Amino acid sequence: MSSPTDVVLETKGLVKHFPITQGIVFKTKVGAVQAVDGVDIQLRRGETLGVVGESGCGKSTLAKLLVALEKPTSGEINVRGENMVTMSGGKLRRARRNIQMVLQDPYTSLNPRMTVGDIVGEPFEIHPEVTPRKGREQAVRDLLDLVGLNPDHINRYPHQFSGGQRQRIGIARALALKPEIIVCDEPVSALDVSIQAQVINLLESLQNEMGLSYIFIAHDLSVVRHIADRVAVMYLGRIVEIGNDREIYEEPTHPYTQALLSAVPVPDPTLRGHRDQIVLEGDVPSPANPPSGCRFRTRCWKAQDICAEQDPALVLREKSPHPSACHFAEIRNVIHSV
Amino acid sequence: MTDIKAEIDVLPGVDPQAQLLDVTDLHVEFRTAYGVAHAVNGANFRLAPGETLAILGESGCGKSVTAQAIMGILDSPPGFVTQGEIKYRGVDLLKLSEEDRRKVRANRIAMIFQDALSALNPVYTVGFQLGELFRQHRGMSRADAKKRAVELLDMVKIPAARARVGDYPHQFSGGMRQRVMIAMALALDPEVLIADEPTTALDVTVQAQIMGLLAELQQQRNMGLILITHDMGVVADVADRISVMYAGKVVEEAPVYDIYKRPAHPYTKALLESIPRLDHKGQELSVIRGLPPALTAIPPGCPFNPRCGYVQDVCRHDPPPPPYAVEMDRTARCHFWREVMADEQSH
Amino acid sequence: MSDMNAVATEAPGTQPIVPAGPIKQDKPRSLAGDAWRDLRRSKIFWFAAVLVLVVLVMAAFPTLFTSADPRACSLSRQFAPASGEAIFGYDYQGCDIFARAVHGARNSIIIGILSTLIAGVIGLLFGLGSGYFGGGVDAVLSRIVDIVLGIPFLLAAIVLAKRLASDPNNNGLWAVTLTLGFLGWTTAARVMRSSVIASKNQDYVAAARMLGAGPGRLMLRHILPNSMASFIVVLTILLGVNIAAEATLSFLGIGLKGDAISWGIAINESGAFVRTAWEPLVWPSVFLALTVLAFIMLGDAIRDAFDPKLR
Repeated sequence: MSSPTDVVLETKGLVKHFPITQGIVFKTKVGAVQAVDGVDIQLRRGETLGVVGESGCGKSTLAKLLVALEKPTSGEINVRGENMVTMSGGKLRRARRNIQMVLQDPYTSLNPRMTVGDIVGEPFEIHPEVTPRKGREQAVRDLLDLVGLNPDHINRYPHQFSGGQRQRIGIARALALKPEIIVCDEPVSALDVSIQAQVINLLESLQNEMGLSYIFIAHDLSVVRHIADRVAVMYLGRIVEIGNDREIYEEPTHPYTQALLSAVPVPDPTLRGHRDQIVLEGDVPSPANPPSGCRFRTRCWKAQDICAEQDPALVLREKSPHPSACHFAEIRNVIHSV
Repeated sequence: MTDIKAEIDVLPGVDPQAQLLDVTDLHVEFRTAYGVAHAVNGANFRLAPGETLAILGESGCGKSVTAQAIMGILDSPPGFVTQGEIKYRGVDLLKLSEEDRRKVRANRIAMIFQDALSALNPVYTVGFQLGELFRQHRGMSRADAKKRAVELLDMVKIPAARARVGDYPHQFSGGMRQRVMIAMALALDPEVLIADEPTTALDVTVQAQIMGLLAELQQQRNMGLILITHDMGVVADVADRISVMYAGKVVEEAPVYDIYKRPAHPYTKALLESIPRLDHKGQELSVIRGLPPALTAIPPGCPFNPRCGYVQDVCRHDPPPPPYAVEMDRTARCHFWREVMADEQSH
Repeated sequence: MSDMNAVATEAPGTQPIVPAGPIKQDKPRSLAGDAWRDLRRSKIFWFAAVLVLVVLVMAAFPTLFTSADPRACSLSRQFAPASGEAIFGYDYQGCDIFARAVHGARNSIIIGILSTLIAGVIGLLFGLGSGYFGGGVDAVLSRIVDIVLGIPFLLAAIVLAKRLASDPNNNGLWAVTLTLGFLGWTTAARVMRSSVIASKNQDYVAAARMLGAGPGRLMLRHILPNSMASFIVVLTILLGVNIAAEATLSFLGIGLKGDAISWGIAINESGAFVRTAWEPLVWPSVFLALTVLAFIMLGDAIRDAFDPKLR
């Protein structure tokens, strides 16, 4: 694990609200889905930051904001010190070279009508200044080899590959422009268990070889634990807790993190009946209408009046050595047997 | 909860003393333009009341096809059951007429699926769909059927059931929809419930709720539950016995505690070693090299041989290994099961 | 509210069915090259292609098929039965049915193909623009489509044809072609629009955008190729519709003028007498049906050949 030095990616107050409109011809705004509501993260060189949360927490939207597929409502995204939000045109295009994404679904993330060589080579066509035309085919072959695919398959179509191989093609495409940062949006969720391990190992070895920094977004907490150095837990558009892997998994302080971890099944039947079971009632509130104050309070067993009145900030607290957004943050180990 | 069990359909030959569900030597193939895909190649399962059997395997191993064959909802053509017996309390379901088969479905053996949204009809209310089961199978009046529907929604812990009975499927969240599907499956009090990846598409906290609900309902009714999944964590939480499938065969079958502690088949062992753990951070994940075989081109001998760490010549050339009796109540289809069990787990 | 996008684990059918055999250097292949290789092997393609070729030759060189003059009509031969000279017999005006069918090919084919091409181009531009840009552009373009759709076809055809047929000397071919082209593009536009909207939301388009691709590249490289399937099918159907529609226009006097011959005209004229003699109606209809069928099959074969997933 390389020692992290400088910050390669930073977001400040990142907000994305999707307006809800009514009317067919003239649309009026009647509300907003607060998908991402104030996210501050920092990513250092060579580091992997895991982002976990359940549906509606905003992690997919966060991923899209980071790679400029969506424009934030407000906030900054600083890559190499420059704010990508204010960029456009050629400047944005060049800035994109530094931050790429690996998508979730290997069956829809590759154009079925393009050969693998075209797919992996497209970055070079869009950014002709990176590699001269003559060297492109070799560069594509090198990339295929780098991800463990046979370079001679350069003229095949995506459907001729398995899901795991397609994901590797997606990774090769993301690496073409030699980015510093790769956002991995659920890269192994759609793969079989035995293939997940292959792809995870690949991502790790690439990171070591090339000094990449990852934002690793997933809902599978076990996978995230394995690959991430630090983990951010999201709920309803906010980060509720952030820390390194030991702090989050063994010493979580936010009730939601604790509930989340306790719900993850562990492949060890001897733990049956011995785990700290926290079962949350009800559903996640709608992101269009989040609760006042602390957003988790409607499902939280610790909720008090103050939780509805004061929005807890993501800061260090008396009983939480790492940032936690809860007035009553306290360490509770839920993944080992009680 | 009112308990109505109307015996308006009597199945000839049912023996209440016989095994609840007994699948023997099941073979299912799909005849396609590309060739014959051997989806299931000699699968054996047994289920007793109150027991939870987990069928574990990755995609393409034949677990869903097996479930469909048991339910009789196999897409045929192109799927055909070419061999084997599926005995429900002594009655071979494969020999029944379609009419009788339909009676068994929902009344005695029910199934829930991964995606509740596509299993429920989007243009009818939930109450209507639930009520329909009672109107059709039990001959109830509309009013009675609606009352039962509300009771069922209560049973699966949907809050404000009376109000929600008039809602449409899309108005429920994913977890709630899954509960509705469970309600529909259990409406006619079946003895066996097959759950095909019921929580794969759900958030982990919702998954915990649903699995808890299933366990509770199963216990109340002494129902047999077949859980089909690829998630080894979920299985560890709820199963009594596990059958691991690979390339259409059950390669290992054992009580749950034994299989996690000491797997007897290289595939099971490799799977356990390749999953990342929540409770500690490992180094590199151990990997099963290669890919599962295409069902039209299953390798000769043991189907796992191209990827196996224990492979010898005999695995490639001899006929596929039979289910060796590893212990009482435990089988493994591997010539070298002793070596596999002797090796320590790398976790 | 949707939970975690339902994760699709690998389905059995998606494993590469053809085992990756001994790996040798694959020759550089383009989609067109691959498509041609597939088409060469398709029986449907050859059957349809031959049929289309025959019809095209018939349109270009009718004298290759018959030496009879379609305009040499004599009432004395009215409804005369088939003979060695006229293999289908004679129609109500005493004209050789076969000769009329053969000579009619030219007008029908030209009108059919050209009007469909015009409709196709307009439909493609409207559909692509609507679907890709969405928002205000879509609102405006879709309303235009609605307006054109809302105009009664015959009314619009009469107005348009009258305007376009300014020169009384020509036989109205261009007038008919343009009329049908300008009125028939709406379905194609709608179909293209839905295909584009569906393609636009695909992950691979997002991936290309993320790489920095501009709208031009996105439309030409990613969206269009994946939106053509339904569009082509609609066009092949439109071809048949247009060939027949020309008949309606000619019947109303705003189509082909003078003593022009087309399948549509032949069908229209013979309708009234079908109880006396069926040959004048049936034979041109058979020609029409076979041609339309051939184009539809050709369209299907080409569409399938360009779909790599069916390989």
